[in-house]
Amino acid sequence: MRFAFTDEQEEIRRQVRRAIADGGGVTAARRAMEDGAGIDRALWRRLGTELGLAGLAIPDVHGGAGLGWIEIVAVIEALGADLACVPFLSSACLATAAILEAGTPEQHAALLPAMARGASTATLAWLEASGDPSPDAIEATAHADPDGGFVLRGTKRFVLDGHSADLLLVAVRAEGGAVALHAVPAATPGVRRARLPTMDGTRAQAEIILEDVRVPASSRLGGGGWHPIARAIAKARVALAAEQVGGAQACLDFSVAYAKVRQQFGRPIGSFQAIQHTLADMFVQVETARSIAYHAAWEAEHAPDIEVTSAATAAYCADAFLACAADAIQVHGGIGFTWEHDAQLYFKRARAGRTLLGSTTAHRDTVARSLGLGLARAHTDGTR
Amino acid sequence: MDLRLSPEDERFRDEVRAWLETRLGGDFRDLRGTGGPGHEHEVVEGRMAWERELGAAGWIGLGWPAPSGRGASLWRQVIFQEEYARARAPGRLGHIGEHLLGATLAALGTPEQKERFLPPIARGEELWCQGSSEPGAGSDLAGVTTRADLAGDAWAIRGQKIWTSHAHLADYCFVLARTDPAERRHAGLSYLLVPMRQPGVTVRPIRNLTGSAEFCEVFFDGARAARENVVGAPGEGWKVAMATLAFERGASTLGQQIGFASELDAIVAAARARDADRDPEVCRRIADAWIGLRVMRAFALRVLSHGAQGELPPAGLGAKLYWSTWHRRLGELAMDVLGPDAEILRAPPCALAPLQETFLFSRADTIYAGSSEIQRNIIATRALGLPR
Ligand SMILES: Cc1cc2nc3c(=O)[nH]c(=O)nc-3n(C[C@H](O)[C@H](O)[C@H](O)COP(=O)(O)OP(=O)(O)OC[C@H]3O[C@@H](n4cnc5c(N)ncnc54)[C@H](O)[C@@H]3O)c2cc1C
Repeated sequence: MRFAFTDEQEEIRRQVRRAIADGGGVTAARRAMEDGAGIDRALWRRLGTELGLAGLAIPDVHGGAGLGWIEIVAVIEALGADLACVPFLSSACLATAAILEAGTPEQHAALLPAMARGASTATLAWLEASGDPSPDAIEATAHADPDGGFVLRGTKRFVLDGHSADLLLVAVRAEGGAVALHAVPAATPGVRRARLPTMDGTRAQAEIILEDVRVPASSRLGGGGWHPIARAIAKARVALAAEQVGGAQACLDFSVAYAKVRQQFGRPIGSFQAIQHTLADMFVQVETARSIAYHAAWEAEHAPDIEVTSAATAAYCADAFLACAADAIQVHGGIGFTWEHDAQLYFKRARAGRTLLGSTTAHRDTVARSLGLGLARAHTDGTR
Repeated sequence: MDLRLSPEDERFRDEVRAWLETRLGGDFRDLRGTGGPGHEHEVVEGRMAWERELGAAGWIGLGWPAPSGRGASLWRQVIFQEEYARARAPGRLGHIGEHLLGATLAALGTPEQKERFLPPIARGEELWCQGSSEPGAGSDLAGVTTRADLAGDAWAIRGQKIWTSHAHLADYCFVLARTDPAERRHAGLSYLLVPMRQPGVTVRPIRNLTGSAEFCEVFFDGARAARENVVGAPGEGWKVAMATLAFERGASTLGQQIGFASELDAIVAAARARDADRDPEVCRRIADAWIGLRVMRAFALRVLSHGAQGELPPAGLGAKLYWSTWHRRLGELAMDVLGPDAEILRAPPCALAPLQETFLFSRADTIYAGSSEIQRNIIATRALGLPR
């Protein structure tokens, strides 16, 4: 039994932290947010290509590092601490998992090497206007084309890094009503995309309109079906949760530091019990969230089914991060309410995370269903 | 990261489980689910016999270092606790003796003290209580005013303790008393081992809000403790008391989420039985409680794997605050799930159903062993380094 990272994993983390700090830390994230790019390309070159984060979970036969979700979690916690504006969650976690879960060996070989090199990024286009994370809400379609390929139609929304990804993995409703996933280069004729203005400027989302997009038969990943997509999303939720742990820890750290130096009534505010207790509660949230996130990382590698684990972890860590970010503002007083202070960036990142890969409410419903509770069981409507 | 137990530890788990199944299937069948917080008055005779059964099989003092105990790893201690709770084995009358006093003595006692006091605890024969709190000294324990003065070969003890759990059942009490009146606060206190069954000790049970009486007032009026029965040097009792407190908040509570899990199971069953789960809000609160259990389990594993050397890491300071707050919320949830039935007792005046017990008794969890406010103070100063 060992509930800790290995020395090698800690070393990757150290390198990631150093690279982010060299790149300007949170200031760089703010720059990426304010210049409208929504992605820090210089940092991604350093992290994704040079340090190999782009292919962290890609098997080595396809040019990746051949590591897994424990390393993903170790690394993304560091990214979250400084709000790094890079497509790690969207491409190296979500899309990579989707291709690995859904694709055939030939498709892995065709798609993954460019991603592993950092030459191409991908994302999963799954949600639509309703925002409903369930497969039932997918209305975009794929119709068989007489020439052997497919024609895709529909509108995807809330697509993570969808404005900058080179490859879109589009979930559609296929023949017979089943769900299928298509790998579509963003440059394909008929694909129109627009970045959505988001409250959390450090993480971009896009709307993607598919107007009679013709794709070859080989663009359909594997045999179709929702299950592999669900599994990829579940794994990405674990990654997001760990990113939130990093963010929550950062909120605690800069709040504690401030409480030690800010003086009022002739003493540091950190000597006031009300402030101490707020910070102590943040500490408990951070440490408990970290524990469940690390545990989930291990399960993502070893458990046959992580749907409930990932829902539980996602709900807990999202709540913990938002509570910590909100308290960070409070502990800072007026300065915490300014545009200039970083607290707002964490607060908005935390808010966004609560609905990013399914809402915390939906996650709780998943857990409740697994306990045999709820709507699925209560089928009568009261009329007799 | 490897969250599997070793094959040897898994075998240990099987051994514990098999033993409990056999014993609780036989003569001790009726004891399942008895005792524990809020039920300490139940079948005391039977549970004393059970303590002796545990002792004879070598299950008491697992974690004490050899030769007093078996020197079992933290993992095995937790495995034992988990299996114990899973089997719904009776609430431990010997808990205070084994996990508080025994652990403290095993670490800090003299060879003679260990030889005198540990074996009867390990055999499940002698029960202990903790005489720390006083009417004027609760959270601020350094304010104790009970006096112990050396008179010939013995300490003579005068003063009052309060909230002393099991004092009416105990054979011995470990008492924090002032032995040096010239010193103040943390200095000049001593940690004494005092027989309860002697003249000069009066015990008066106090009824708690659940209606049962598990803690007591204890009056010492010239009661005696042998001169050599001071743990640590005279005047150095504070350090010993803090060691006891660390044991009280430490590994002995890290297996308890299994017991919590069975309470949650009862809530899930109640929600299904009465269709309370048609309310999505109720479902989400139950889901939250379940998530909290997962959190506790992961947290315990993480803290333990770092603390395998005995010293718990700073993160561990949050454990008590987390579980006690969670448990209190669970009690509130249980009442909401039961609806109007939450109000109806099994019998007058105060025979409680198990979930009513959870609701009422969980109010104590955030008070004893350091209140939530005190836990936050400790986290703020020790884990976060905030100024006083
Ligand atoms: C069920 C139960 C069993 C117990 N068993 C035992 C036992 O076996 N042996 C034993 O010795 N004791 C026992 N206790 C006593 C327990 O340890 C004390 O109740 C506890 O330490 C609190 O002390 P107090 O009751 O005097 O409350 P107080 O210390 O008076 O506290 C009252 C309130 O003030 C708050 N407070 C106090 N100081 C501070 C501070 N510095 N900052 C912020 N808030 C503060 C507390 O958090 C609490 O909310 C038991 C208590 C209970 C409820």
